[in-house]
Amino acid sequence: MKIDNLINNTSEWLKGSGLDSDIVISSRIRLARNFPSIPFPHWANNNQTEEVTQKVKTAIASVAYLKKSSLFMMPELDQLDKQFLVERHLISHEHAARSEGKALCFTDNEVISVMVNEEDHLRIQVMKSGLDLDDVWQIINRLDDDLSKNHPFAFSKELGFLTACPTNTGTGMRGSVMLHLPALVMTRQINKVLDAIAKLSFTTRGLYGEGTEASGNFFQISNQVSLGPKEEEILDNIKGVIRQIIDQEKAARQSLLSKNRSVLEDRILRSFGTLLNARIITSQETVELLSMVRLGNDMGIIKNIERSLINELFILTQPAHLQKIEKKKLSPQERDIKRADLIRQRLETKPKI
Amino acid sequence: MLCSICNKNQATVHLTEIVDEQMTELHLCEDCARQKSLNMEQQFGLADLLAGMVNFGKQPEDKNSDLIKCPNCNLSYADFKKIGRLGCSECYSAFRKLLIPLLKKIHGSTTYIGKTTEESVSVKEPLAPMKFDILEKPEVKTSKQPDLAELKNKLTDAIKAENFEEAARIRDEIKMMEKKEIDTIKKKNSKIPDKKDKS
Repeated sequence: MKIDNLINNTSEWLKGSGLDSDIVISSRIRLARNFPSIPFPHWANNNQTEEVTQKVKTAIASVAYLKKSSLFMMPELDQLDKQFLVERHLISHEHAARSEGKALCFTDNEVISVMVNEEDHLRIQVMKSGLDLDDVWQIINRLDDDLSKNHPFAFSKELGFLTACPTNTGTGMRGSVMLHLPALVMTRQINKVLDAIAKLSFTTRGLYGEGTEASGNFFQISNQVSLGPKEEEILDNIKGVIRQIIDQEKAARQSLLSKNRSVLEDRILRSFGTLLNARIITSQETVELLSMVRLGNDMGIIKNIERSLINELFILTQPAHLQKIEKKKLSPQERDIKRADLIRQRLETKPKI
Repeated sequence: MLCSICNKNQATVHLTEIVDEQMTELHLCEDCARQKSLNMEQQFGLADLLAGMVNFGKQPEDKNSDLIKCPNCNLSYADFKKIGRLGCSECYSAFRKLLIPLLKKIHGSTTYIGKTTEESVSVKEPLAPMKFDILEKPEVKTSKQPDLAELKNKLTDAIKAENFEEAARIRDEIKMMEKKEIDTIKKKNSKIPDKKDKS
């Protein structure tokens, strides 16, 4: 598949389907894996990096899950392609920023992606929409087994999988769930919730992973500990925490509805109105307003609009996506105009209030 | 007031910075403030945090352990502390003694019970004695005396536990000991030329 063709695809994780998909955007698990003895990417020379890529190539060819997938050498992609892949959550910022010796494999439906020579030799990721860590774990567990068949990964009985950073040693696993929590933000309860999460040794990040700020009321919650508990236990812990946050968000939504209905409706419908009429709009404003429209849709205040359409707009309005749609480089000012056009086109045809 | 970095936009963010006990006040516009906070985040990355964890506590070991090198990839423990990343899977054996306490600090556990697969790396103490063993020996002798570093650790613990009386007592003990050490060094130094003079 060509990278340009992805623009017509809706990534699986944006479909807005699956359990609790009114609050949970997506469930993701990544595994950090390495080959024994070969230096980790940051410490490897060109030959060793190439050796890793070759091993991964042969491994990929024999894995059933990766039959419908494509492999890209990162240095062959231009800046826009890389940014585009970051926006689609197929690669990390790090993988885009320093591409030498790095590669990427992902499946056509964008459920699976494998980053080669990122911080570890392999960063395997599986991502689906809704709250479905069990299914994601089943897929990635098998995928992990299949990938290591010909070239076993660095594994010690005592410490588990050996990774470049000791924070990943053991299971090498990070499970993350992306949540949309507008009501907890509006009722100013979010910090209490996040503080509690931190105490249970979970981390919270923004929409785009490590080092990004939470925007548009999106929060990514993931485990910090990777050595000690079993994979299933770690995932159960995440599920337990997420379940509680979902309940709190639901309660906050109900309390907004019963106590501040007009205020809530006003904010949601004004946001919707702005999106339907704006001629110039920044990506930051877009994310904030779309978040309100998503909430309005979840609560039945805005009807006849597909959740997947709203989810998709979050991504389509990102800078690299806009430029892919327009098939040319756009200045920030031009993007703000094209972004407003795109939002009107997509929203105008569908909804009735 | 205009932004003190770009001198163009209105300053809306007011920042007090203390570097080396020098206080400076900065008045920034939103854009410059954002840039500045980005820079600050980059300066203080995960590697620093890790390095902080590695460094905390046992100082006397550090000088020697810094010299340990992984025989497979040549990364030294000092390198690891600097970059926060290990060099290869064999580093886990080379630095085992130092990594186990670190893993305990990070994860609260060092026992792996997750999914298993064929063992491809066995994390064991290196068999061959390493060069730095020679360096370690004199330390064993000094450790019989009350240990200055140990006291310093106790001091940090006491401060952490807000046990200030105890902390003050330890502080005085440390001062005494440091003074003694300096005195003995001075005596030694004064003795040597004495001997030379006589001979």
